[in-house]
Amino acid sequence: MASRQFATFEVDGQLFGVEVHTVQEVLSYNEYTPVPLAPPAVGGLFNLRGQVIAAVDLRVQLGLARQALQGPVMNVILRGDGEPVSLLVDKIGEVVDLDDETFEPPPDTLSGPTRELVVGTFKLDGRLMLALDVNQAVDTYRATH
Amino acid sequence: MEDLGEIVGEFLMESHENLDQIDRDLVSLEQEPGSRDLISRIFRAIHTIKGTSGFLAFSRLEKLAHAGESLLSRLRDGVQPVSPETITVLLLCIDGVRSILASIEENGSEAEVDIDSVIVKIQAQMNAPSDGAPAAAPAPAPAAEAEAPVSVEQESAEIARSAPEPVADQRQPLGQILVDAGAAQASDVSSALQQQIEGDERKLGTILLEEGKTQPAAVNEALQSQTPKRSIADSAIRVDVDLLDTLMNMVGELVLARNQLVRGVMETGDSGLVRSAQRLGMITSELQEGIMKTRMQPIEHIWSKLPRVIRDLSNSMGKQVALVMEGKETELDRSLLEAVKDPLTHLVRNAVDHGIEDPERRIASGKGPEGTLTLRAYHEGGHVAVEVADDGAGLDIERIAQKAVQNGLLRPEQIPNMDKRDIMAMVFQPGFSTAAKVTNVSGRGVGMDVVKTNIENIGGAVSVDSTPGEGTVWRLTIPLTLAIIQALTVDCGDQRYVVPQVAVLELVFIDGNTTKVEYASGAPVYRLRGKLLPLVRLDRALGLEVGGDQGVYIMVLQADGRRFGLVVDRVLNTEEVVVKALNTRFKDIGLYAGATILGDGKVGLILDVSSLARRSHLAVDSERESVTEKRGQQAAGTERLLVTAVGERRVAIPLDTVTRLEEFPRDRIEHAGSREVVQYRGQILPLVRLSHLLGAYGEELEGDTVSVVVYSEGGKSVALVVDRIVDIAENSTTARRDAEEDGLVGTAVIQQRVTELLDVRRAILAADPNFYSDSMDEMMVEV
Repeated sequence: MASRQFATFEVDGQLFGVEVHTVQEVLSYNEYTPVPLAPPAVGGLFNLRGQVIAAVDLRVQLGLARQALQGPVMNVILRGDGEPVSLLVDKIGEVVDLDDETFEPPPDTLSGPTRELVVGTFKLDGRLMLALDVNQAVDTYRATH
Repeated sequence: MEDLGEIVGEFLMESHENLDQIDRDLVSLEQEPGSRDLISRIFRAIHTIKGTSGFLAFSRLEKLAHAGESLLSRLRDGVQPVSPETITVLLLCIDGVRSILASIEENGSEAEVDIDSVIVKIQAQMNAPSDGAPAAAPAPAPAAEAEAPVSVEQESAEIARSAPEPVADQRQPLGQILVDAGAAQASDVSSALQQQIEGDERKLGTILLEEGKTQPAAVNEALQSQTPKRSIADSAIRVDVDLLDTLMNMVGELVLARNQLVRGVMETGDSGLVRSAQRLGMITSELQEGIMKTRMQPIEHIWSKLPRVIRDLSNSMGKQVALVMEGKETELDRSLLEAVKDPLTHLVRNAVDHGIEDPERRIASGKGPEGTLTLRAYHEGGHVAVEVADDGAGLDIERIAQKAVQNGLLRPEQIPNMDKRDIMAMVFQPGFSTAAKVTNVSGRGVGMDVVKTNIENIGGAVSVDSTPGEGTVWRLTIPLTLAIIQALTVDCGDQRYVVPQVAVLELVFIDGNTTKVEYASGAPVYRLRGKLLPLVRLDRALGLEVGGDQGVYIMVLQADGRRFGLVVDRVLNTEEVVVKALNTRFKDIGLYAGATILGDGKVGLILDVSSLARRSHLAVDSERESVTEKRGQQAAGTERLLVTAVGERRVAIPLDTVTRLEEFPRDRIEHAGSREVVQYRGQILPLVRLSHLLGAYGEELEGDTVSVVVYSEGGKSVALVVDRIVDIAENSTTARRDAEEDGLVGTAVIQQRVTELLDVRRAILAADPNFYSDSMDEMMVEV
């Protein structure tokens, strides 16, 4: 039976996951440089060992209020297409092995910005994990109105 | 073939370099047909290619190179003279060699390339072709075909060729040097060589010495003359550019880490650590410099192709063009060199095509038939300037203006007010061409705008200046390197930004009193030495909360030919920053040229000054007009005035009578009799308060210092005390009334305000009645 590993994290109480191989690393960072006039979903820039990384605020992408960016915020750094890009999340979860059996497409009742970012639902013990479309999640020029 | 991959690769690279050199040498040879040095050098280079191609079994290449070599040997031996036709044929031969090399590089074989037609031409060039088929048989040494009498030199050349030296080695063989110097007999050398071939492992010099055939001193000298060439060959290695790029990046990181460490260590205050950190700092800087140097190449690298381009182009157009190169050793980062290559070639082609006139026209306008194209490269304040100058007809400003109006780039009424350089700069607009006829070289309106875009992409600038009838100078200004720039860090709001220092002309602190931001119908401006400088508030431009106008800094910036002031909260310091490319998602914003890691480890955004200017809709025209207006006034006999405040009045003093502006502490003012004086540079400087002189008794200003205007003449000085210095203004002599009051020569409207013009002479005499007595007696009489 096919199974996949997901790195999980929480935003606004909801568990999300991305496939482990898309993740470069996870770290907490507390100094972000805002980029004036950038799309609202851009949380800021930070220095990852000399590399300038753009952090995308997943809360904004999901249609929620911005991360406060005061004090440390968790970053899920995705390998991205050529250049790493980070997702700002509320809380980091575990890495879980999930059977394809537990997968279902997103429920029809799910709508709004979240629907566009989610490829499906995994049924975990006691809670649901939404699998993110990585490319959509970091696309800051997506219409987020 | 597979096993030879690396050798073939080396051969190709080396040959390309050699071919470029041959190209250049052939063009020079055409200029000085008598130069044996040039012929020998070309001969050796072709010989090397021939030798190696034979070794690698590229027979067609060998055949072609041999044909060229045969023709060259005739030139070398004086059997036939160097003529433009010979040069053309030799250049054709080099092109043939190039296309074979290209074919080898592409598909590993030389089979496809046609060389016979070139060989036929080469043979046709030889006045007295030998009976055999020299091209078919590469074996006989070319010298043997020559019909010149066999001299000692000839003989030694033959010896040289039979010596078992590697073909790639271009230095002169020891034997030949000795024979040339008359220190050994050719026959002795050849027998020594024979011994070597038969297995004698001693060096040639040793054999000759031990057999007493030459002198030790002569051998030493000969070896010496060989060494320089050898040392260049042995001390240079080829390094993969990717490796250099990686090193460059790592050094960039090291610089950052160093900056952070030094800051941290400074805070601890541990003197031992501070010393170590300083040492680390120095070493890092040197390392950085060293790595940067490895990426530097002389501009000659890209110039080397131009003599050929110019020759071919001028020949095809029936023009005569001499090329002068100055500063070809000027070095540039190789990535920049690549970026400059095409724009430069375009400018050169354009100069030959449109700049330099044909001989008849030149003679008609009183110049020599031959035009001169000058390539000039030099360092200038952290930049490299590259100029392409011709002594041709110059740009036709009328026509450019006309064309700009036609294309809708300018309105007709703008033209009279525009600076001629600004009109000329129109040629960099897309789709702009004034060429009367479109040639296959240029005139299609593509090109100059591409030149401009390419140069600006690498952070450089293009300008043009031209004098009708005398020529045109195209000037590229190129940064030394892309990776590390000098920058000013500034604060705006609670964030720090980085401004490339090349764009910064000066800084002005706005205290809200003596210096202040003014508004022209809502648009912020600053009077910079009498000229209005449009201001851009960085916070506004970035869409941030807009702060106040006091206690801020104006950075006077220049970009795209516009000058403007950027208002920021604070200017911190200058530092070298490593430019990091910004994530592609921010390209569309356009305000940022990149990002960098600041000393505290945070990311700082580097502002793109030209797009800031563009985004802020700076009215280029109005600025330009005001500039030209000012110039116009100056030409019409204006004077520069120092405007001061004395009580409620504005008093202007001609700037050319002012020596210095000083601030004196109030407590340094002493009294000598009834006069006030200060000690100033070892002199007693009499003071006169303009407020007393002009009867402007206002309240005595509070403060610890007084502002004075120092006037010196003939070793004497006086100081005029004013309340404060307001500005420097330019004034035309029109709106002026004559004096009605003592101490003034008149009043005028300066900067929309009535301003009194000081009678400087009178004021000086009030300070020091004897001021003129020694030096200017006659004038006293007049008064």
